[in-house]
Amino acid sequence: MAMDISFVVNGKRVNIYGNPTARLLDALRDYCGLTGVKEGCGEGECGACSVLVDGKLVNSCIYPIAKVEGKEVLTIEGFRGTEKYEVLKESFEAAGAVQCGFCSPGMLMAAESLLRENPKPDEVQVREAISGNLCRCTGYNTIVEAVLDASIRGEGLW
Amino acid sequence: MKEVNKSIPKKEGLGLSFGKPAYTDDLAPRDSLIVKVLRSPFAFARIKDIRTEAAEKLEGIKCVLTYRNVPRNIVTRAGQGYPEPSPHDKFIFDKYVRYIGDEVAAVAAENEAAALEALKLIEVDYEILEPVLDYEKAVDHPSVIHPEKEAHEMFPIGYKPERNIAAEYHMSFGDMEEALDKCEYVVTERYYTQAQNHTAMETHTSLAYVDLQGRLTIVSSTQTPFHARRIAAEALGLPIEQIRVIKPRIGGGYGGKQSLHGEFITALTALRTGRPAKLVYTREEVFEASYTRHPMRIDVTIGADRDANIKAIDMKVLSNTGAYGEHALTVFMVAGSKTLPLYNKAEAVSFGGTVVYTNTTPAGAFRGYGAIQGNFALESTIDILAENIGIDPMEFRTRNMIKEGESSPVFRIMGEGTEGVDMVMESCKLDYCMKRAMELSGWKDKSKRRRQNGKKIKGIGGAIAMQGSGIPCIDMGSAVLKLNDGGFFNLMIGATDIGTGSDTILAQIAAETLGVSTDKIAVYSSDTDLTPFDCGAYASSTTYVSGNAVQKAAMKMKAQIEAAAADRLGLLTEESEFDGEAIWAKDRSKSISLKELSTELYYSYKQKQLLVCGSYCGEISPPPFMAGFAEIEIDIETGKIDLVDYTAVVDCGVTINPKLALIQVEGGLVQGIGMTLYEDVKRTEEGRLLTNDFIKYKIPTRKEINKLTVEFAESYEPTGPHGAKSVGEIGIDTPPAAIANAIYNAVGVRFTKLPITPEDVLLALKKKAFDMD
Repeated sequence: MAMDISFVVNGKRVNIYGNPTARLLDALRDYCGLTGVKEGCGEGECGACSVLVDGKLVNSCIYPIAKVEGKEVLTIEGFRGTEKYEVLKESFEAAGAVQCGFCSPGMLMAAESLLRENPKPDEVQVREAISGNLCRCTGYNTIVEAVLDASIRGEGLW
Repeated sequence: MKEVNKSIPKKEGLGLSFGKPAYTDDLAPRDSLIVKVLRSPFAFARIKDIRTEAAEKLEGIKCVLTYRNVPRNIVTRAGQGYPEPSPHDKFIFDKYVRYIGDEVAAVAAENEAAALEALKLIEVDYEILEPVLDYEKAVDHPSVIHPEKEAHEMFPIGYKPERNIAAEYHMSFGDMEEALDKCEYVVTERYYTQAQNHTAMETHTSLAYVDLQGRLTIVSSTQTPFHARRIAAEALGLPIEQIRVIKPRIGGGYGGKQSLHGEFITALTALRTGRPAKLVYTREEVFEASYTRHPMRIDVTIGADRDANIKAIDMKVLSNTGAYGEHALTVFMVAGSKTLPLYNKAEAVSFGGTVVYTNTTPAGAFRGYGAIQGNFALESTIDILAENIGIDPMEFRTRNMIKEGESSPVFRIMGEGTEGVDMVMESCKLDYCMKRAMELSGWKDKSKRRRQNGKKIKGIGGAIAMQGSGIPCIDMGSAVLKLNDGGFFNLMIGATDIGTGSDTILAQIAAETLGVSTDKIAVYSSDTDLTPFDCGAYASSTTYVSGNAVQKAAMKMKAQIEAAAADRLGLLTEESEFDGEAIWAKDRSKSISLKELSTELYYSYKQKQLLVCGSYCGEISPPPFMAGFAEIEIDIETGKIDLVDYTAVVDCGVTINPKLALIQVEGGLVQGIGMTLYEDVKRTEEGRLLTNDFIKYKIPTRKEINKLTVEFAESYEPTGPHGAKSVGEIGIDTPPAAIANAIYNAVGVRFTKLPITPEDVLLALKKKAFDMD
């Protein structure tokens, strides 16, 4: 049963008439054309589709669009215009944390979510916070290093 | 060295973290038909009848494909050189389905919901056959998995489909019996290694469309675009000139995308409907219906004399290739060819065995490619033998292992499916790797002492490994370099960057050779219409094979630039010299900048395009080497094994880009650690896959991986581009043996079967306590 769903994506209002159980991931990729949101597993296990909904990190592949009604969604495309993104991106690049890159947008959103809640995380907290984002290319150490580096260089931003 | 041995960021890293459209699915036109595959619910069955009328009539369905309406050409999807060492045993669709997940039919629809609905409407009558699920019982099983008359080998690989044998091979040198007779110490042990899934984060994806000229374009997450073009032409029965394959960015491969998955189906859909068509595997499909690592049973016997000199090594392998024989022979041979040379002083060596078909998910290429399986068996046995002799296992290894300037008869005898090539190790810093890894890991102190803290016991263990750098005399890479006005270059390469950063390191090699900075090189790779040939990203070949091709092209380009400048300056060619910025008379009397020269070349003075091509096919395949040490901690109450630290010291020649090389090693280690401790492909008695998602199939997350200490040995490979060897696979090989050796060091229990789980440890500890009582 289709219904009207209205929400904000990266600052822009989106109105969708569709199945309320449709996945937020598909709405973002297919309807909004936001291909930075990746599907890695379709069951909320790998984190490649991570976005923020009202500031909270969610896996958009298991998030029905009915739940975003009236809410604000932030994807990598919206985040990348910010100063915080610049800091994180530079840290990821300097650490060599981007390998095949498929997990990177979700990883950056998870890092953003962590730093919003905890601007000065320690290594254990970083490992814990992004343990929901799988990466099969790296040994993870470069990613942890990147997030810790961003928290230092971006002090005051979060 | 200015541009190599330098950690410049990956050329495309920025765009990828930006989330720019880059991968196959991102690039699919919005009106692409959605393709879905109906997969077999039975491990082995014959399709008696298939009815698709109801599905075809469903609204939004544009095309339904079954064995009845597709070309019947038998191929191998392996994605290897030609002629292929893998048996031709796969049709696009067939009357037989050979594992749960095998392709029965495909539908293409306007949207996913319609496609999924149509799959339900296809009626199939199966004659269920008795499956072969236990690979130790596959040979001469009453069920013959490939009864089709078309199945064949392209050259002798020991193919006997009537006996369920996909490949067989034996080799030996020296007199085994006599050598073993002379040995004071002999150890024989049997090992089992399991299937493993690649789990690249991007699932296998293929998109096909017909272009303006009526040619078929396939955009695919492939590691082998040129092989994919050849194999697609063969399977579809289409002239090869009608096909273009483009590889965009790839979200990880590790061997899983060397073979073709989905390309035939999207291509046929696009040809039949005239519409773009895409097939994006679900994660479940990747687990069920792509590939795994070949499970193996390996029997090893090693003999040493009273002075701890290894005299004899015998290795017998039974390998399971699953329902289709992709990489059957070659992965199994690498279990020997990339482990046995490590102990090159043995007088007698024999290797052999059989690769069998079973009704399980096919096995294929996977980083390590047999070497990781062989390494687990060989390097575990080395530790057992060292203990029997009463010598430190690292001293034992150091005494017997291959050294710089040495060779092994194995190199000459065993190639990948063919004979090998003779080679002397011009760069082998294994002795340094061993010494340094012992220092870094604290081996001397930690290995001798019992380290128990309450319920937790620590242990340390190590292993050495080798890999190769491409397949010599078979696999070729090439590069085209083009000078543009303004003085920058296009580097066109067939080489396939699957996320490794090869585009970047190949640009660095070009820049170093030309003497320019890397940002003067614009790279375009992996498009069968626009880039020259390359075998693709497998067998650790890109840095060495494609890198050498790039270096050759750059040397030619430098010569052309110097010749053009000499003409412009009124010099003899040999009197000019390019320094990266300008071309000078050798006596420094005059010069012209590259920027000026190139602009004149295209607009105002003896106008012509400077364009060169270099290609390279290795005569040898210099192995990278490494020593890996695992420190683990076992909770004796729960059996839980924590990896405290993994130390790796690697000789991969000169690291073209140290940071990218580091990630290759770290990523390899983590996949090896995953295979050792967590990852297992489990099935029901009927052959249904149980581990078909990330909840049940556990790959390491950040929480499992603690400290990784990786260093590189100073090494220079004279035949490599700027001294480099390969680094893509070597990292994965040591964890199984090193961790098993560390567990033995901690609790005195020897594990010979992977993965080693907490349950296994607990059971073994209980049994040991019981035996001691």
